[in-house]
Amino acid sequence: MSKVYQNATVALEGVLFDGMTIMAGGFGLCGIPENLIVALRDSGTKNITAISNNAGIDDFGLGVLLQTRQIKKMVSSYVGENKEFERQYLAEELELEFNPQGTLAERIRAGGAGIPGFYTKTGVGTLVAEGKEQKDFDGETYILETCLKADVSLVKAWKADKEGNLVFRKTARNFNPMMATAGAVTVVEVEELVEIGELDPDQIHTPGIFVQRIIVSKDLEKRIEQLTTRQKNKEGN
Amino acid sequence: MAWTREEMAHRAAQELENGYYVNLGIGIPTLVANFIPEGIDVTLQSENGMLGMGPFPYEGEADPDLINAGKQTITELNRTSYFSSADSFAMIRGGHIDLSILGAMQVSQQGDLANWMIPGKMVKGMGGAMDLVAGVKKVVVIMDHNARDGSAKFLRECSLPLTGVKVVDMIISDVGVFLIKDEGATLIELAPDVTIEEVKVKTEANFKIDKHLLA
Repeated sequence: MSKVYQNATVALEGVLFDGMTIMAGGFGLCGIPENLIVALRDSGTKNITAISNNAGIDDFGLGVLLQTRQIKKMVSSYVGENKEFERQYLAEELELEFNPQGTLAERIRAGGAGIPGFYTKTGVGTLVAEGKEQKDFDGETYILETCLKADVSLVKAWKADKEGNLVFRKTARNFNPMMATAGAVTVVEVEELVEIGELDPDQIHTPGIFVQRIIVSKDLEKRIEQLTTRQKNKEGN
Repeated sequence: MAWTREEMAHRAAQELENGYYVNLGIGIPTLVANFIPEGIDVTLQSENGMLGMGPFPYEGEADPDLINAGKQTITELNRTSYFSSADSFAMIRGGHIDLSILGAMQVSQQGDLANWMIPGKMVKGMGGAMDLVAGVKKVVVIMDHNARDGSAKFLRECSLPLTGVKVVDMIISDVGVFLIKDEGATLIELAPDVTIEEVKVKTEANFKIDKHLLA
C-alpha cells in the first residue's frame, strides 16, 4: 500500500475527528507543516488539543487554527509571538498547558518510545511541579512527567523516500522527529520525494516505520520571523 | 556611570573560558557573542537544535531553515551540528553545557530566578529557561538592576512565579556584579563611579561586600 498521497486534504481524510489531539512540528515558523495545517483548518475539525512548541503567529502556522477557534487547548513551551493566543487565554477562551521546552520534547519522545513517564529536575520548586510526584535520586529532587501521544502528528521534513524514510534540514528538524514517533497516524509533508533507494541509509534521521502518509508540499512560504543580517562591506563576527 | 547593555554583555563575556559550550538567552545575553575575548574559543548552542552557531547571514543569504532560539536568521560554521529538540535538551539537562547566560525579571538572594510569567498580564511561557537553569553547570544572569518603575529586581524573595530554585550563580547588572553561593550573595564589582551606597539603595536583597571594594 502506497504511503504517498496526492495532497494535504486527501492525506488527512479519515483520520480527523472533533476533540482529537494533534502534534505539529516546528520551532517558531521554522520547520512547520504549512500545507497540513491549512488542510486541518479547512477540514473544520473542532475542539482540538494541539501539542506544539509554539502557536505560530497571528496569521500563519497554528495561529490560523486559533483565529478560527478550532483549538480548545494548547500544550506549548512559548507562545510570545502570538497576540491572538494571549488574548484568548487571558479571556479564558483557550486552555493552555505550559511545559518547559526540554520536558515537552522528552514527553513526546517518551510517548513514541513506549515510556509512560520519566523523572526530571526541570521545574522542581516551580508552578510546573505542582501536583506532580516527587522523588529523590542521589540526594537531588526530581518530578515525574508523563508521556504525550497524538491521534495524528503533522510533521515537516526536507526529503522523504516513498517508504517514508525522512531527512530533515538544519534547524527545521527541532520537534519533528519525536512527533513522528508519537502519532497514532503520522502525516509528513516534504519538499522533495525520492524513489526508494535514493537516500543513503546511514543518513536517514527518521525511519519510515514511524510514517504512515506522505505528501509533497505545494507553495511553501517558509516565512521568516526575525530576518537578521549583516552587511558585506562591514566585515565582522 | 552605570554600565550600558553592551558593557554588561562585555563583562559577561569575561566569564567565558576556552573550550566552553555556551547557551545565550534572548536579548542582552545574545550580545555577549560580540565580545568573546581574543584567544577564547567557545561553541554556542542554540536550544532549537544547533551546536556551533555562526554570525548573522549577509543580506540576501538568509535561510528560513536556519534560525536561533530567538527566531533570528543565523549561519553555520564548519564545526556545526544539527539535532532534534530531544537531543538538544539532553545536552542541556544532562549537564553537558558549561555556561548559560540569560535575562531575569527577578532574582532572589539565594539565587532563585523568575523570568517567564507575570500572572494575569504576560503569558509567554518559559521556553527552554527552566531546563537551562536546572541542567547547565553555571548560570549567569544579565539584567537591569531595577525595573522601569524603579522597583528592585534583586530581592530577598521573588514575588513572581519561579523559573528555578537556587540556580543563579552570578548577576551582572548595570551597577555591578554579584556572586551567589550557598552562604549568600556578595557584591564583587562595581560599575565605574557607582557607589556601594547607591547599590544598597537600589537593592532589596541582603548581600555582603567583597573586601577589595571596601579597601
